[in-house]
Amino acid sequence: MAEPVLAADGTPLKASLKRALRRQKMRALLLIAPLLLFIMLTFIIPIGQMLFRSIENQIVSDTIPRTVAALDSWDHDADEVPPAPVFEALAKDMMIAAELKEHTRLGSRLNYEMSGISSLFRKSGRRVDDIGEVYTDQFTDLDPAWEDPATWVQLLAAPSWIAAGDAWDGSGAEPAFEISNDATTQFPETADIYADFARVIQTEDNDSPTEEEPWNVVYLALYNDLMANPGATAPAELAGLIDTTRSALPGFEVEDVKASFEDIDDDWISADVWETIYTYSPAYTNGYFLNAIDLQKTPDGIEWQPENEQIYLTLFWRTMLMSLTITFSCILLGYPVAWMLANLPSRKANLLMILVLLPFWTSLLVRTSAWKVLLQNQGVINDLLVWFGFVADDNRLALINNATGTIIAMTHILLPFMILPLYSVMQTIPPSYLRAAKSLGATNWTAFWRVYFPQSVPGIGAGSILVFILAIGYYITPEIVGGTKGVFISNRIAYHISSSLNWGLAAALGAILLAIVLALYWAYDRIVGIDNVKLGG
Amino acid sequence: MTLTKALMATSALTLAGSTAFAESHMADEMTIVSWGGAYSASQQAAYHDPYMEMTGVTIVNDESSNEAVAKLRAMNEAGNITWDVVDVVASDAIRLCDEGLALEIDADEQLAPGDDGSSASDDFGDLIVSDCFIPQIVYSTTAGYRTDLVGDTPPTSICAFFDLEAYPGMRSLEKRPINNMEWALLCDGVAKEDVYDVLETEEGQAQAFAKLDTIKDSVVWWSAGADTPQLLADGEVVMGTTYNGRLFSLIVEQEQPVEMLWDAQVFDLDGWIIPAGLSPEREARALDYVRFATDTQRLADQAKYISYGPARASSAPLVGQHATLGIDMAPHMPTDPANATNTFLYNYEWWADYRDDLDAKFQSWLAQ
Repeated sequence: MAEPVLAADGTPLKASLKRALRRQKMRALLLIAPLLLFIMLTFIIPIGQMLFRSIENQIVSDTIPRTVAALDSWDHDADEVPPAPVFEALAKDMMIAAELKEHTRLGSRLNYEMSGISSLFRKSGRRVDDIGEVYTDQFTDLDPAWEDPATWVQLLAAPSWIAAGDAWDGSGAEPAFEISNDATTQFPETADIYADFARVIQTEDNDSPTEEEPWNVVYLALYNDLMANPGATAPAELAGLIDTTRSALPGFEVEDVKASFEDIDDDWISADVWETIYTYSPAYTNGYFLNAIDLQKTPDGIEWQPENEQIYLTLFWRTMLMSLTITFSCILLGYPVAWMLANLPSRKANLLMILVLLPFWTSLLVRTSAWKVLLQNQGVINDLLVWFGFVADDNRLALINNATGTIIAMTHILLPFMILPLYSVMQTIPPSYLRAAKSLGATNWTAFWRVYFPQSVPGIGAGSILVFILAIGYYITPEIVGGTKGVFISNRIAYHISSSLNWGLAAALGAILLAIVLALYWAYDRIVGIDNVKLGG
Repeated sequence: MTLTKALMATSALTLAGSTAFAESHMADEMTIVSWGGAYSASQQAAYHDPYMEMTGVTIVNDESSNEAVAKLRAMNEAGNITWDVVDVVASDAIRLCDEGLALEIDADEQLAPGDDGSSASDDFGDLIVSDCFIPQIVYSTTAGYRTDLVGDTPPTSICAFFDLEAYPGMRSLEKRPINNMEWALLCDGVAKEDVYDVLETEEGQAQAFAKLDTIKDSVVWWSAGADTPQLLADGEVVMGTTYNGRLFSLIVEQEQPVEMLWDAQVFDLDGWIIPAGLSPEREARALDYVRFATDTQRLADQAKYISYGPARASSAPLVGQHATLGIDMAPHMPTDPANATNTFLYNYEWWADYRDDLDAKFQSWLAQ
C-alpha cells in the first residue's frame, strides 16, 4: 500500500484538509451565530412555548392533587357523584388553594369546559374553611390542649426542625417546616395536610406553625387517622392526650363532607361537574385541539360540539377560501401593473413604482378606515352609483361589513406584495423573446401565453405565497370591515388571547393554522416546485 | 437588584433624615394604564396633573386597558410587571382578582374616607364588586337614535331596536352576547327580575337568539366604542348602542342630530386595580396615587370633563359644570334620576360563569 500523502507540516493531507474544512464551517457558524441566537430567543422559543400551551393542563392536578388522585378509583360511567373520600380530598385541596388564591384560577380554567364552575369554585373557596369545624370544636371541647399550636408541633414536627426553630434568632425567615417520620407513618393523613398547612402559613402569611391553630381540615384528618389506625402511637408527652381522645372518638358527631359541599352549592352533587373535573385531570390534554375543530372531550369519548356552538371549522374553511380569493384578485390586478412597470421607459416606470409603494407607507389602520368611508352604505361609491342611476337609492349595495368588504380591502392592502416580485421577475425577461416569437409568426396572444407567461410564473409563485400567507393570518382588516361574514380564524385567536384568556384554545387554533400553512407550502413545493419561486432577477 | 432599585434604596437612605419616611419609600415614577382618548384626557386633568404637581412624581400613560388582563397575565408569567396602576372595567377586575394578578385592597384602610365623613366602604357601597377593585366611575351602555330618521314618534323603549316596522333601517349593536341577550329577552316579554334565570336555560338562550334573529339582517355589529357614534353621524344606522359618554360628546360637543335613549341602560363600573407583585416602593406609590385619585373631590372633578358618574355617593352633590362648555353635567349622567328610570346592573357573577359558553353560541349564531 502506498504511503498516505502528507501535507507540508507532516500530517496526512486528508486529516489536514478535514481540519481546514471544519475550521471554515465553524467560522461560518460563528458568523451566523448572532442571527441564529436572535431568532431562537425572540422567535422559535416564544412560539414553541405558546404552542406548548395547547396541550398543557397541569393546572388541575397541581391545584387539587388529592382530589385528582382520589378520583382515579371513581367509576365515572355510573353517572354518580364520587364517594365521600373524594369530597374530603377536595376540602383539603380547596382549603390550600383558597389560601394561596389559586382556586379561582382553576375555576376559570374549568369554566371553559362547563359554565358555572367559575362561580362554584369562587363560592366554595370562600366557605371551605368551615368544613371540619365540627371536629375542631369537639377536639378542643374535649381537651383545650388541642387548641394549642404547640401540641400539633409536638405531634407532627420533625425533632430536627424543632431544634432548628429553637436555635433560630428570629431574623430572616423561619426554617422551612419539616414533618417527622413517625407522624408520616402513624398519622399519614394528618401529616400530609399539616405539612401543607405549615408551608402555607410560613410562605403566604409569614407566620409560624408554632403560633397558628391548624385549619379545620387538619382536625378532620386527625379524626380519620385515629379512627383508621387505633394503634397509632404519639410522642411520649402526648400519649395521654391521644389516649383520652381516642377513647372519646366513638361518641363524636361526624360531619358528612359531601353534604357540606352540597350546602355550599348543590352543583357539587351534579355528576356533570365531576365528570368535567375527571376528564380534564390529566397533566396533558388534547381537549384544546378538539375544541379547535368543533369537537369536545367527554368522559365517554370524543363528540361533536352541539351544533349551535360549532364555529371553528367554518372559520378555517372561510379563511382558506377568502385568502385564496384575495390571492387570485391580487394576481388579476397585479399582473398587468407589473407588466407595465417592467415595460415602460424607466422614468415613467419609477413614477408608477412610487404609486405602488405609496400605500405601503400609509398606516394600515388609515387605509382600512378609508375603505370604510368609501364602501359604506352612505359612502362615496354607493353615492356615485346612485347618482349615475346604476342602483336605486333604497337599494344600495352592501359592500362593507361582509365578505366583499374584507376581500376588497385586503386585496388593496396586499397588492404591493404581488406586484413587487412579479415586477422583478418580469424585468429579467428579455423583450427580444417576444419579438422573436412574433417574427416567427406567433399572434400576440400566443407570443404572450407560450413565451412570456411561462417565464413570469416564478414571480406569480412568489407573490402568491407572500400574499396567501399574509392573508391567512390577517386580523385587523377583517375585524374592521368584515362584519360577521368576513371575519377570519385569526379574529377568534385574538379574542381568546385578549378577551376570554383561553390561551390553550388560542394556541391550538394557532398551531392548526401553522400546520395548514406548512401543508400548503409543502403541496406547492410538490406541484410547482419551490425552486421555481423567484423574488428577483 | 436592578440598578434603579439600588439607586432608589440608597437615595432613600440618605434622604431618610430630611424627608418624611413614607415619601422616601415610594417610587418617583409610575406607569398608569387607561383607555386613551377623551377618557384618559379627563383623568389627566382631574387626577394626574394635580397629583404630579403635589408630589413631583412623573406619570407615564399607557393606553392598553382593553387588553389589560391578557397583558398583565403575560407580565406576571414573565416576572416583570411594568404597570403600576391599571384602569379596568369591573368584570376585568374580577378576573384579575380571580387569577391572583391584582392586589387586594382594604377600602377603609387604604382609601380615603368620604368628604361627608362616611367610611370609604360605605361611600362606595355595593360598587366594590371585587376585593381588588377600586371603583372610579359608573358608566352605562345605552342607546342613541337619529332624530331625523325615526319619523314622528321617536323611540322611548329599548324594544324599538326590535321593531323594524316602526323604525326601519340599520341599527348597531355590540358584537358580544352581553347586554344584547338581556335586551332581547326583555323585549320578548320576560320580566326584568327573571332575565338571568331564563338565560341560564337552553330554551331561554334559544328564545333570546330567536328574538335577535328577527333583526339579524338589519344589524351592524360594533366592537369599538367609537363605531356607533361614527355610524350615527354618517347616517349608516338609525339607532345604536354604545357607552353613554360617547353619545354625550356626539350630541353635546359635536351637535349631531342624535338623542339619547336611556331606557334599559346597563350600568357598568370602571375603576383601578394595582397589579400584584410590585416592589414595595412602587406599591406604596400606587396606593398613594389611588387614595388621592379616588377621593370625593377628585371623582367629582372628573365629571367636569366627561359624562360618567362618580362612584362615590359623596361626590354626587359636587358634580358641577362641563369644564369648557359650561353646561350642567348632572342631567347627562347615567345615574341622574330622570335617566335612570329603567336600568340594569351588569351581572358580573353570572356573566363570569356563562360568558365562555354564550360567546361560543353567539359567534356561531353570527356566522350562520
